[in-house]
Amino acid sequence: MEQIRKDQLTKKETQKRLMKRLSAPHPAALILISSIAALVLIMIVSISIGVSDIGWRDIIESFTAFDSSSTSHVIIRDLRIPRILAAALVGAFLAVSGVIMQALTLNPLASPSIMGVTSGSAFMIAVAFAFYPQSNYWQLILWSFAGAGLGTGMVFLVGSFSKRGLTPVKLALAGAAVSALLQSLSTIIAIHFNVARDISFWFAGGVAGVRMESVRVIGILAFAGLIAAFALSRSLTIMGLGEEMAKGLGIRIGWIKFVSVLVVLILTGAAVSIAGTVGFVGLVIPHVAKKVMGMNYRWVIPGSAVFGAGLLVLADIAARTINPPYETPVGALTGLIGVPFFLLLARKKGRG
Amino acid sequence: MERSKQSSHYKDKAFKRSTWLLLFLICLLGVLVMVSLASGYMALTPTEIWLTVTGAGTASHELLLYQFRLPRIVLAVLVGTGMATAGAIFQGVTQNGLADPGIIGIHSGSGFFAVLYLYLLTLNQDQPPVWLNAGLPFAAFIGGISAAVLIYVLAWKEGVTPIRLILVGIGVNAGFSAALLLVQLRMSESDFNRALIWLSGSIWNASWAAVLRLLPWILIFIPLSLYKARVLSVMQLGEEMAVGLGTAIEKERIKLLTIGVALSAASVSAAGGIAFVGLIAPHLARRLVGGKFQRLIPVSAVTGAILIVLSDTLARTILAPSEIPVGLIVSVIGAPYFIYLLITIKD
Repeated sequence: MEQIRKDQLTKKETQKRLMKRLSAPHPAALILISSIAALVLIMIVSISIGVSDIGWRDIIESFTAFDSSSTSHVIIRDLRIPRILAAALVGAFLAVSGVIMQALTLNPLASPSIMGVTSGSAFMIAVAFAFYPQSNYWQLILWSFAGAGLGTGMVFLVGSFSKRGLTPVKLALAGAAVSALLQSLSTIIAIHFNVARDISFWFAGGVAGVRMESVRVIGILAFAGLIAAFALSRSLTIMGLGEEMAKGLGIRIGWIKFVSVLVVLILTGAAVSIAGTVGFVGLVIPHVAKKVMGMNYRWVIPGSAVFGAGLLVLADIAARTINPPYETPVGALTGLIGVPFFLLLARKKGRG
Repeated sequence: MERSKQSSHYKDKAFKRSTWLLLFLICLLGVLVMVSLASGYMALTPTEIWLTVTGAGTASHELLLYQFRLPRIVLAVLVGTGMATAGAIFQGVTQNGLADPGIIGIHSGSGFFAVLYLYLLTLNQDQPPVWLNAGLPFAAFIGGISAAVLIYVLAWKEGVTPIRLILVGIGVNAGFSAALLLVQLRMSESDFNRALIWLSGSIWNASWAAVLRLLPWILIFIPLSLYKARVLSVMQLGEEMAVGLGTAIEKERIKLLTIGVALSAASVSAAGGIAFVGLIAPHLARRLVGGKFQRLIPVSAVTGAILIVLSDTLARTILAPSEIPVGLIVSVIGAPYFIYLLITIKD
């Protein structure tokens, strides 16, 4: 008995020491704080940018002395702020899911859009629109979760059946095939049930016209999901050293994997339910965050959340300003940023 | 002596078998075409078709048959042939069973250039030039070639590995799709919808004019690819062996890829991006007649035609009266098959 307890103690002790060695010291904290500051700044600037120009006085007044008869105040409160918050949240969600997926599969190409998770969500939303058109926002999110589960399940099923597991190439191909299948099915549903216009928005991806209630719902999920992700970070770091090592250090791998997949589903499902399929954020940001923050997920996860939020807020500003008064889908913009990055990774990893 | 006789005997047998198989497949295609002619929102009975063909039918049946269904089916056959042959060539050249022009971005490259061409030429012009539609396959061809060159250059790092080629192709595909979305958004609402339907692969608005636009490409490049089939077979023996047998491998590769791109781009310009045909048809053909390209190419061409005609018939009838773009049906059939291949393939 005593011996076991001692063992446990030493395991905890080793874990702690390991974490200390892996932790980047102050630079990571400094970067994190300064990037949070930058994010807040971008978000505030973003309020003033758009089709109708809004001055700084209006922005400040809309908070301090809200006047419902002023058009700019209403625009700020009802249009700009919800969409900016939504963009930030969606970016953070997708980036964090990407980090967790890459950590779990040890596969640099794993990310929500490449693994077919986002198209799964979009498919289930199409089903919901066709068969249960009266669904409210909460129900839509539930459908979206189910779809995320469906997409992930299909890709992992392919992985578990194939002979040598999911190599990066196989993962990308399986994801492409699953996405193609689910997208075709959604389009067929959309055409037959005449809901193509309602659904096309979910395929293009964007945060225009997001309402404050949805942001609130997402905000609650964000809190839960991001806290859970943060709680997982230590185990994920240790698992990055190899499963044997992690087992030896007393990590319950099965349990951690289960919780991680759950977190990924919640975060991705929530993101898709509000903004549609926005690709490549979950692929690019984790790599950038790891470059900047080092290998400790305790820093990488919050780092990617902030970077992802920043990227999507910027992309949303671009979406509003490229071709006014029309909206450019955010999904297309993140695609244009993400593709060169993907190509870079492919060149690096596609050896042999 | 004895042995060579035996092997030539064996060759004869294989040749005979594949010839019979080809004949059987062509008959199957014929039957499918008949079924496809008869089915649709307005179903026709065999006697009605017979009467119309012999010139004794009603005028409305004649219109339906000759102006709507027949061009559509002919187009389906041509597109299937073109895409399947292109797929066989791509698989042969890259020596990768998963190389489908739709997945590695040739289709979206062609589609992007075609849409850009239409957009630029109809912009600020009330009267688009008469050669607008005739130029479409050429624009698609340029797009397909640029996609192929882009993939090849990006995947080049002291040589090209098949795996890197495919990964880069997936990326190029996503890039062209995103760029396409941006161009489409600058179009008017009706143009946008037309482009969207066309790009997801459809042959609803088939006409004899569309058939005539595609036909020369098929008539030139299918015989060319049959002529080059021997080179493809030699390539399968491995690079060193092929060079030893006197093949100028880089040159032949470029020639073959050009033929493949031409076939797939012309098909895309006629029917939009139908993915997975170029993947499934050659695979089925390989199951049937083995890996020799002299036999493989004709069989996969016919298989491709069968696949598209079948999918088109389904697209018209499953959810009638609403029509589904045929590309979607092919994807629903093709994606699971692709996944099956992915699971079983040896890397």
